[in-house]
Amino acid sequence: MTTTVSASPQSPPERLAPARPKTGPRAWATRAPLLPALVFLIAVTQLPFVATLVISLFDWNSLNPDKRSFNGLGNYASVFTDAALRESVVTTVLLTASVVLATVVLGLGLALLLDRTFFGRGLVRTLLITPFLIVPVSAALLWKHALYNPEYGLFNGVLSWIGDLFGDTSPSRPDWIAEMPLLAVVAALVWQWTPFMMLILLAGLQSRPAEVVEAARLDGASAWQTFRYLTLPHLRRYLELGILLGAVYIVQNFDAVFTITAGGLGTANLPYTIYQTFYQAHEYGLASAAGVVVVIGTIIIATFALRVVSSLFNEEANRA
Amino acid sequence: MTTTTAPVPTPSPPRALRRARRRSTALGLLAWVAGLLFCLPALWMLLTSLHAESDAATNPPSLFAPLTLDGYRAFFGADTGVTPWPPLLNSLGASFFSTLLVLLLALPAAYALSIRRVRKWTDVMFFFLSTKMLPVVAGLLPVYLFARNTGMLDNIWLLVLLYTSMNLPIAVWMMQSFLADVPVSVIEAAQVDGARLPTVLARVVAPMAAPGIAATALICFIFSWNELLFARVLTGVVAQTAPVFLTGFVTSQGLFLAQLCAASVVVSLPVLAAGYAAQDKLVQGLSLGAVK
Repeated sequence: MTTTVSASPQSPPERLAPARPKTGPRAWATRAPLLPALVFLIAVTQLPFVATLVISLFDWNSLNPDKRSFNGLGNYASVFTDAALRESVVTTVLLTASVVLATVVLGLGLALLLDRTFFGRGLVRTLLITPFLIVPVSAALLWKHALYNPEYGLFNGVLSWIGDLFGDTSPSRPDWIAEMPLLAVVAALVWQWTPFMMLILLAGLQSRPAEVVEAARLDGASAWQTFRYLTLPHLRRYLELGILLGAVYIVQNFDAVFTITAGGLGTANLPYTIYQTFYQAHEYGLASAAGVVVVIGTIIIATFALRVVSSLFNEEANRA
Repeated sequence: MTTTTAPVPTPSPPRALRRARRRSTALGLLAWVAGLLFCLPALWMLLTSLHAESDAATNPPSLFAPLTLDGYRAFFGADTGVTPWPPLLNSLGASFFSTLLVLLLALPAAYALSIRRVRKWTDVMFFFLSTKMLPVVAGLLPVYLFARNTGMLDNIWLLVLLYTSMNLPIAVWMMQSFLADVPVSVIEAAQVDGARLPTVLARVVAPMAAPGIAATALICFIFSWNELLFARVLTGVVAQTAPVFLTGFVTSQGLFLAQLCAASVVVSLPVLAAGYAAQDKLVQGLSLGAVK
């Protein structure tokens, strides 16, 4: 099942003559177009990170600039012993894992529904990607005020309607954000990110070779068997890609936490806590150490993500 | 595959066919319901933005209240005189110029990774990608300190530089895959005629990869337009962007729901337009070119 011999009549597209000397003017002429982008990116993304690494070793509060002193790994010890920071590590993991899991399940369901021809399919796809195209701050405000508000939010409005149907004149009006703050943030993020998962998984479904599925159907495989033994294995790497990219994006989420709960009620994730440590508490050294911890966590996820991307990338390159 | 076509024994196939068709209709309906349900909060936002404030904040919701543009008038400062145009124009400027800069840097880079390839070009590709995985918060403080010491705080050009670095890896990956489809013979012909690289890129490569470049530009524009964290920390009064302006609604109280929804609709419109326009290429951009 792993090797599908594609009878593609095309030969690999010819690239320009790969005369690739290691040094000399020719080599530099080849590299020249690449350099501006590379130099720019190193200057703007790598240098600040090196600075963060250095600052993380200092005890530095900008409200107290005279007391700046070398602190070794002291800030890192604080990151792991400080109750608030430790809690935000747990919150980050919880938030990321639940959003990614829910979006993958929903996204897979929607992708399967869309992977069939039916009336108005293009329009439904457009409807489904709309949540992703609302500016994140707008989306968070929408959920906070127009949906979750206990007085006039849509959710409690719908509860009133349902209550009316059953003759309940004073239905309960839960204060969603106060009663389930983390879930409130998760739900808003799931709404925004499900289209992302759906698009990736739909692309995966549509790259599934049609003749194999047709053959399975002719052999009498049930829909479930086809899904379980053909579709799911084929989708595996697309699922991995969606999970890992989704995790990389959601670990960094700031907008939803900032807007919906302002980090209160135990919803402060690491990006929000770092923002607060540096922007409000002016603890530069501590914020930098926390930033380095986030980077290490991200690198662990990213290593897997890069591996998946590279396997898809090589497959595309071989197919071409 | 084991049974060869034999004469059909019973009249069951029509019934099976009918059942399959009914199932297919049901699944199509389900897809429609799911689509509408997912879009519901956005539609609710649109409807609320068109209601009067007194109709926007009711329980049960007033679905059929008369429509009005008062929310939009309030957003554009009819009562308070606070106009949202400076932040909107700042966002437009930061997104436009960073997208332009991204394209100017990414096109030659993609050429060197796709057409006349440098050695170890895949390593270079993965270096670009790995910078995208670096969390924004990790570099925020040094960037802030740098900006404060050089007087670049509250300046949209600083945002232009940061947004360019944020989007460059995505753009390089997308463009690399689009440029791989440009036939090399055309480029060789241009080079035989003596065209230099900038000319080749501008006159030959760019026109042939135009749809892909447009999609790349739209996706970079969306990400820049949406960005909050950098803008929040690095801008103040002068260079405030639209998302930062929106955060003014976070704690507002009183009758403001229609205005809030109007603001959200207005700020999201460019993204919706760009996203719908780039719909087919959206997934390629979001997956950094890994999925086509």
